[in-house]
Amino acid sequence: MNFDRVSRFAFAAALSLGFVSLAGLTSNRAARADDTKPYVIENGRVDKHVFNGYRRYGDNCLRCHGPNATGSSYAPDLTDSLKHMTKEQVEETIINGRMDVNTANQNVMPAFGTNPDVVENLDDIYAYLKARSDGALGRGRPKQIGEDDD
Amino acid sequence: MKPSKRLFAWAVLLTGTAGVLGAGAAYANDELEKMSQDPKQWVMPAGDYANQRHTKLTQITTENVHKLHPVWTFSTGVLRGHEGGPLVVGDMMYVHTPFPNKVFALDLNNEGRIVWAYEPKQDPNVIPVMCCDTVNRGVAYGEGMIFLHQADTTLVALDAKTGKVAWSVKDDDPAKGATGTSAPLVVKDKVLVGVSGGEFGVQGHMTAYNIKDGSVAWRAYSEGPDDQILFDPDKTMAMGKPVGKDSSLKTWEGDQWKIGGGATWGWISYDPKLNLVYYGSGNPSTWNPSQRPGDNKWSMTVFARDPDTGMAKWVYQMTPHDEWDYDGINEMILADTKVHGKETKALVHFDRNGFAYVLDRETGALLEANKYDPAVNWATKVDLTTGRPEVVAQYSTDHNGPDHNTKGVCPAALGSKDEQPASYDPQTHMFYVPTNHVCMDYEPYKVTYTAGQPYVGATLSMFPPKGDNHLGNFIAYDVNEGKIVWSDHETFSVWSGALTTPTGVAFYGTLDGDLKAVDAKTGKLLYKFKTPSGIIGNVNAFEHNGKEYIAVLSGVGGWAGIGMAAGLTGDTDGLGAVGAYKSLSNYTQLGGVLTVFSVE
Repeated sequence: MNFDRVSRFAFAAALSLGFVSLAGLTSNRAARADDTKPYVIENGRVDKHVFNGYRRYGDNCLRCHGPNATGSSYAPDLTDSLKHMTKEQVEETIINGRMDVNTANQNVMPAFGTNPDVVENLDDIYAYLKARSDGALGRGRPKQIGEDDD
Repeated sequence: MKPSKRLFAWAVLLTGTAGVLGAGAAYANDELEKMSQDPKQWVMPAGDYANQRHTKLTQITTENVHKLHPVWTFSTGVLRGHEGGPLVVGDMMYVHTPFPNKVFALDLNNEGRIVWAYEPKQDPNVIPVMCCDTVNRGVAYGEGMIFLHQADTTLVALDAKTGKVAWSVKDDDPAKGATGTSAPLVVKDKVLVGVSGGEFGVQGHMTAYNIKDGSVAWRAYSEGPDDQILFDPDKTMAMGKPVGKDSSLKTWEGDQWKIGGGATWGWISYDPKLNLVYYGSGNPSTWNPSQRPGDNKWSMTVFARDPDTGMAKWVYQMTPHDEWDYDGINEMILADTKVHGKETKALVHFDRNGFAYVLDRETGALLEANKYDPAVNWATKVDLTTGRPEVVAQYSTDHNGPDHNTKGVCPAALGSKDEQPASYDPQTHMFYVPTNHVCMDYEPYKVTYTAGQPYVGATLSMFPPKGDNHLGNFIAYDVNEGKIVWSDHETFSVWSGALTTPTGVAFYGTLDGDLKAVDAKTGKLLYKFKTPSGIIGNVNAFEHNGKEYIAVLSGVGGWAGIGMAAGLTGDTDGLGAVGAYKSLSNYTQLGGVLTVFSVE
């Protein structure tokens, strides 16, 4: 169990690092800010990474954490959680999951370490959540920089 | 109550108990059917095999319902969403909970004392593969046993008197995303159970287990080769014609059917005279329609099957090639009623897609399909000759393609109605339907299948229809005329199963926690009581010691707890602040409690 978790994390971390360094070669990515502000938002519009994070969130996280990452009746409000967690803690939780089962609670977050749609988009998901948590991004589907108004 | 009536009541109760003790396999069907006709008991999830959710008890009336009040309550000790409702068998009440799926047997003769409690040991890793909260829609009774469908898909038979496990069988594998949320149904010498997991790419199935030992009698998949879906190419009918060979396989690309969804997580009905069971299948996986070309049969389908063999007599697919997650699993209500003036053995189904379907339940002929919420816009109508919906291109997420945000589709993915079952009053011939009044933006995109991981492939935002600021309605619907008779607005979706009485009262619960009684003729509010939490359970009725009781589980959660715990949003143009950010958490908090009401 423990070994599984560790190796899965290592694998995922490797993938994720690979993604970062690869992406780091592109100018867009290089323009992105640091870990404290890992997103680009101009006039309320987001870069493609935040947008991708928004969609991957919808695919894998929304079922429990609700639309806009504001939580549900059984999963925490991530706009609040991210105020208290480091990027490493967030990533560790996404990859390995989390279990809080006792007489009062039966809360379990699954391990997404084997899910390429999550692991390969981890930075983008984090960027979306952080932008939501910082109040830099409102509810709903964000508009992309350069996207037409409609 | 007159003493003579009371004596009669006792006699019935005693007979019922004797039946419990003495029932043998050969008589199981007759016995349970008879018990379901005794209005003092509530022996199956919907009260009867026809799924009418109608009590024959007459003490509570439009005149005295204002005197209704809680007489006792019971906390389940579990916080998450409480769907379904309690059974009453003889002098015992059986209350179930979401994960960890406890069952309590309460003695109605002894102020609800707990006679036995059962709590299975389950791997908590099943919790996050449950689509939308850890709900469970209730237990079934038959042959002196209580059948529990656990989250981890285990079906367990418990001695109704002691709670002792008689047998236990694993229906499917949670590691692949298959879970258990639905209530089983006992039919003859079998217990039928469906599966959840449409958001994880399961291959949905309905399975019949032999009551005596838990062995498999038959399993019918929703998609796959004919021998897996139990179709006879020449005898199984769809829209009046034999389905032909490989009717499912032909509608999928390659072997996508193996992860094709079509979960069977809703309610099951049974017509003993026709010897047919009815249920629906859910969405095809994934939610991204362009990733699975074809009609994706037999997802989104009403099945009529022989309970002895599982063979399909007829099928009808409501939403071919689903593009909106409009699962077809809502209850099939069996009613002998007039349709366009003609007496009909009808099957009435208020689908997630917003159409109320009326079929001849013997032949599967489609008689009527009308919108039961005027907001429905994804299709103009259903062609009664072909059975196909006429889809509006603007709202077609397949037509608009992946990576395109299709806006303003009504209803939202949770449907004009979800699993919350409607009630049919055989006296007024009206259907009383708890509905959602929510629209959505839907954006599909490519996803990868990984066993046990979400296989969704779309993101959506939800909001009330333009110009409205309420998210639900409780409606009376006339199948004969095919129209809505009255509609009561509710702040939130109505996510509770309804109940009607012969005395003209319709009951339902609200997400903000009220049990409501309304006049079935007019929809006028006659009584309400705020229970400890939001209601997503179903209202049941029973009689004990000559008194009629109404029982309902409160305990907010489920899909409703996801979409509304922190309010909805989306394209907020034209919405008041009230409409855009209604937060359910400002009205109610978690916690499972059973509340029992009476007028005396």
